[in-house]
Amino acid sequence: MSCWTRRGLLLALALGLALLVPMALSLGAAEKTRRSVGNGHGTGVTLRPDDSHGDGHGVNKTKKIFPVLTFDFAHVKIPFEISLWVLLASLMKLGFHLIPRLSSIVPESCLLIVVGLLVGGLMKLVGAAPPELQSDVFFLYLLPPIILDAGYFLPIRPFSENLGTILMFAVVGTLWNSFFIGGLLYAVCQIEGTDLKSIGLLPCFLFGSVISAVDPVAVLAVFEEIHINELLHILVFGESLLNDAVTVVLYHLFEEYSGLGMVTFLDVFLGVICFLVVSLGGVLVGAFYGLLAAFTSRFASHTRVIEPLFVFVYSYMSYLSAEVFHLSGIMALIACGAVMRPYVEANISHKSHTTTKYFLKMWSSVSETLIFIFLGVSTVAGLHSWNWTFVTVTIILCLVARVLGVMGLTFVINKFRIVKLTNKDQFIIAYGGLRGAIAFSLGYLLHPEEFPMRNMFLTTIITVVFFTVFVQGMTIRPLVDLLAVKKKQETKRSINEEIHTQFLDHLLTGIEDICGHYGHHHWKDKLNRFNKKYVKKCLIAGERSKEPQLIAFYHKMEMKQAIELVESGGGVKLPSAVPSTVSMQNIQPKKSNSERALPQISKSREEEIRKILRSNLQKTRQRLRSYNRHTLVGEPDEDGWNDLLLKRQKIMDMDKQISRMSNYLTVPAPPPESPTLSRSRLASDPQHYVPKPTLGNVPIIKVDLASPQSPEYVSVVDEFQKEAVPLKEEDEDAGGLTMKVPLGDPKKEEQEQQDGGKEQQRLMRCLSDPGPGGAEEEDEPFLP
Amino acid sequence: MGAFQSVHQEDNYEDLATRTGFSPEQIRNLHRRFKHLTKNGDKLRRDHFRVISDLELNPIQSQIIEAFFDKRNFQGNGRGTVSEIGFEEFLIVMSYFLPTDPNLTAEERESFRQRKLHFLFNMYDTDDDGKITVQEYRHVVQVLISQSDNLDQEEAKEIADAAMLEVASLAVVHMAPDEFYEGITFEHFVKIWKGIEIEMKMHVRFSHLETTSICK
Repeated sequence: MSCWTRRGLLLALALGLALLVPMALSLGAAEKTRRSVGNGHGTGVTLRPDDSHGDGHGVNKTKKIFPVLTFDFAHVKIPFEISLWVLLASLMKLGFHLIPRLSSIVPESCLLIVVGLLVGGLMKLVGAAPPELQSDVFFLYLLPPIILDAGYFLPIRPFSENLGTILMFAVVGTLWNSFFIGGLLYAVCQIEGTDLKSIGLLPCFLFGSVISAVDPVAVLAVFEEIHINELLHILVFGESLLNDAVTVVLYHLFEEYSGLGMVTFLDVFLGVICFLVVSLGGVLVGAFYGLLAAFTSRFASHTRVIEPLFVFVYSYMSYLSAEVFHLSGIMALIACGAVMRPYVEANISHKSHTTTKYFLKMWSSVSETLIFIFLGVSTVAGLHSWNWTFVTVTIILCLVARVLGVMGLTFVINKFRIVKLTNKDQFIIAYGGLRGAIAFSLGYLLHPEEFPMRNMFLTTIITVVFFTVFVQGMTIRPLVDLLAVKKKQETKRSINEEIHTQFLDHLLTGIEDICGHYGHHHWKDKLNRFNKKYVKKCLIAGERSKEPQLIAFYHKMEMKQAIELVESGGGVKLPSAVPSTVSMQNIQPKKSNSERALPQISKSREEEIRKILRSNLQKTRQRLRSYNRHTLVGEPDEDGWNDLLLKRQKIMDMDKQISRMSNYLTVPAPPPESPTLSRSRLASDPQHYVPKPTLGNVPIIKVDLASPQSPEYVSVVDEFQKEAVPLKEEDEDAGGLTMKVPLGDPKKEEQEQQDGGKEQQRLMRCLSDPGPGGAEEEDEPFLP
Repeated sequence: MGAFQSVHQEDNYEDLATRTGFSPEQIRNLHRRFKHLTKNGDKLRRDHFRVISDLELNPIQSQIIEAFFDKRNFQGNGRGTVSEIGFEEFLIVMSYFLPTDPNLTAEERESFRQRKLHFLFNMYDTDDDGKITVQEYRHVVQVLISQSDNLDQEEAKEIADAAMLEVASLAVVHMAPDEFYEGITFEHFVKIWKGIEIEMKMHVRFSHLETTSICK
């Protein structure tokens, strides 16, 4: 560990401790002062005793000394505590990543729970009552950001392709788990000697349904770090999201009737209906709000600043609306995020998009941290009732039920799947079924009067959660490596992939049509066509509604390149991902030989031209260098689309002018010796507006789209496009018509060259970078 | 169809099944579909594809139809196109879209993958010179974009050029500036698809075929 990280670590720890102690103390102090003074007025406690206390007749109050400094904690207590908790969570997150080896062995969720335990313990020592994780705080404030983040960035393609499998696991799997665990637990409870006789069948089933649901928060927290392949990730994660409906229905069903002790067939039938209503209703509510959000964003072009707000508020409203009717809020959120995303992204500005992305990541990250810390604290805070039999049997049953369920379901599912699930996949799916805070909160919601064994349930739930998060969470990473499970492909979304994927889609749709088989591709194609024809026109503003997907993707990539160029300002050298000297002119169709025999121009004239161009080059390079990250104000335009089109027009006009100008200039290939030269020669600039191939020997001017100035600003950063003229050259500086960036002033020029070269390299590299279309990959958490 | 004919057909099916990899059930279904398209004829021609209305909306419709009549896809060594095909050729072309049998060995899987990729390659390489040139690539991109109303030729060219550049950089990493990249050869094409599992993507379910209701 270097000196730096050690210092940083110490700093973070010191800050953390510095916060913990005063927090505990202040909470303790607040408790004590409150207890000693009594609540009364709510005006807080002043350092001086209040003489007029209780004097109700308006008699002359005795004059007090003006209080210079008062301590009035009570009225900021709640926001203060919340802020302290959030700060603690963030500092912990910071601290973990400063310890390099720790975060690779232990998943973050475990560490956070431990921190929660510590804080809880500390608070108990000081005498303050550590807060428990309140269910409504959890469900209304802590859970939605995480789910929204998941839903907004849900990879739609793999999700929809595997939807059948996911639904099977979510619905049938959860049902199987609940009944298996509930039933067997009841059987165990009936055994003599365990003094669990009092637990009826229905409470057992209720407990089973609470404990069997795979938790999205825990799954996200653990799976995010192991980078497993996309299929498995979406299977487990999708299951954790969609089983919410089942859990809600089962929970309400058993909770309602636990008191009465029996459930009739009618109730079961109604339960099934309820399940359909809950899930489909949730999805519909979410979709409705999603469409509203998309529609609103269409008109938001004049108030760009509040665009992200629409995304958040509409989504939250969909969650709350679903919760009003006891529909599945999670499914509503997922549906809302997934539905609104394509339209909103086409409408809102780039800055808003970035804001939305980062806010979502930030909120979900903080929420997740808080949830785990609170789990730890609640463990210390809660009243516990430990029962060895119950707990151990539950853990064993959970594992057994999960394994059996996954195996059985996979057997059935594989008959319908084309890409079968292997044993390794099954193992990971079974092992990845982590329980988390949702189970705890659902348990917390139980009424103590109706469920006298609530404390025991809670203890058991916490134990199971700890077990899954610690044991399974920590061991899953080495297991994944051991079993050599396929990891996530770090493929960069390239333009090629996009073209081929679209081509393949159309091809498969065509084949399906020829076969007469109304399959997956057929319906997807129909949906796309419907989307394009009607929906996009309504929901997307202006010209973007007609934009074909390929062009949209390409523009996004260009935008991204431009931004990267701007941000890196030319200072840092970035290695190019695809070190290649292939450039644009290698691609152009061959010209006939006749065009290559060009008239020679006199040397003096050529010198003149060279001088002019050189000076231009210098000037523009200097201008370019002065714009670094700190002085730069210009961003790629907000209303990028129209400006982009304008720029293109101007560029094309300029191209025409240039081509008319210097038609006869020959620029043969410079000798490919020094790396400096070859790098600067990287005309591998896909943003090149290559004029018509017949005019291949014109100097190409690269327009820096990232330039903050007006479109007239053109930077002659590039070398001139070369014609492959066979030319014998003995040495570089010989009389040939070599057009190199002059080596006259070696240091300065080379620097400029290198900068220019680097930019081009970067641009070259940028092509293979993940485009914003592959946003899923580029979305690393803001607070990792 | 008399009893004699159906017996003859059964043998035929078995034979075809072993050769193409379909199950006899699937072959029967496909044969029914074939008969439906050719209106009970024996040979399938290009205009028979017109009855499929959904195909008309497909931007790469002509390429798909051409693929059926392209001798390169018949697993012989033929080149060029034919004007009509029989059921066997139909089946062979369809067999490219079978899912990969998990029971195959690694080499068989690899050869299957190669065949699928070759099929795709042939669809791009229309002039059959063994490589995809810039013009062919541009044509593909134009066709893909053409689904929308505004045909922006410049855009298409730009995108195709950028894509071509990328392939070239991937495939032939270092080229002197005066070299010329002829086009994407099959090896380079395979390199593009290296990360993507074509077996998982390029397949169609053949089990439930509706032969009667399609003709709109």
